[in-house]
Amino acid sequence: MATERLAIIATKGTLDMAYPPLILASVAASLGVESAIFFTFYGLNIIHKEKVKQLKIAPVGNPAMPMVFPDSVKQTPVVGQLASLMESVFPGPPQIMGIIPGMTDFMTAMMKKRMKEKGVASVEELLELCKEADVKLIPCQMTMDLFGYKREDLIDGLEPPAGATEFFNYLLEADKPMVIFV
Amino acid sequence: MATVTPDKTLDTSGLNCPLPVLKTKKALEELQPGQILEVISTDPGSKADIPAFCQRTGHELVEMVEEGGKYIYYIRKKG
Repeated sequence: MATERLAIIATKGTLDMAYPPLILASVAASLGVESAIFFTFYGLNIIHKEKVKQLKIAPVGNPAMPMVFPDSVKQTPVVGQLASLMESVFPGPPQIMGIIPGMTDFMTAMMKKRMKEKGVASVEELLELCKEADVKLIPCQMTMDLFGYKREDLIDGLEPPAGATEFFNYLLEADKPMVIFV
Repeated sequence: MATVTPDKTLDTSGLNCPLPVLKTKKALEELQPGQILEVISTDPGSKADIPAFCQRTGHELVEMVEEGGKYIYYIRKKG
């Protein structure tokens, strides 16, 4: 059978941008496609032992951001009414609010709570599912050096750090290579 | 009501994409070829994803039932 390989390049280190590579790779693997994720630049934070717990959603520079009060908050008396009122006045948090200290953390906490209530897997869970499905998780050597990340700073179960040449080699060995850039 | 009797049931109620598909794949690994897995899901996205998963992997989607906000799939593991 012709080999099909998917290689995803993960370059972003925000909570929302951690999801697409992990979901696509784990699902592709479950469909029998050999899959790998190449983590470079801020994408390295997704496989960083400590930083993976601190991935955030940024209200600044993201005009598409909805208000993300979880259902449990909206059902609380008074606070819930206030939350609903805010959502009806502002479809999203006004950009200026992003400069308030703690706003990014607050929006992140709200989003994480909402994700949990909606049955969306956490980033850590998806990483485990990727490993179980034999998705190769490859850190980029150059950006590890750039950020000063050591191998032991990153989670277990990764492939050895690699570079662009190995990335292309992985793809070109397949009969049907696919690439996704995130 | 379904017309087939499952050998195993997987309840993914409350879970969202991609968990129903990933858990279905794992549950099928524990079955013998020809056995039937029942998958219960509350994710509307599963209506497209589970048939696509079956089509791609060669497992047979025997039946699909929608009742009370739940989507129930009967999948025969490929031989």
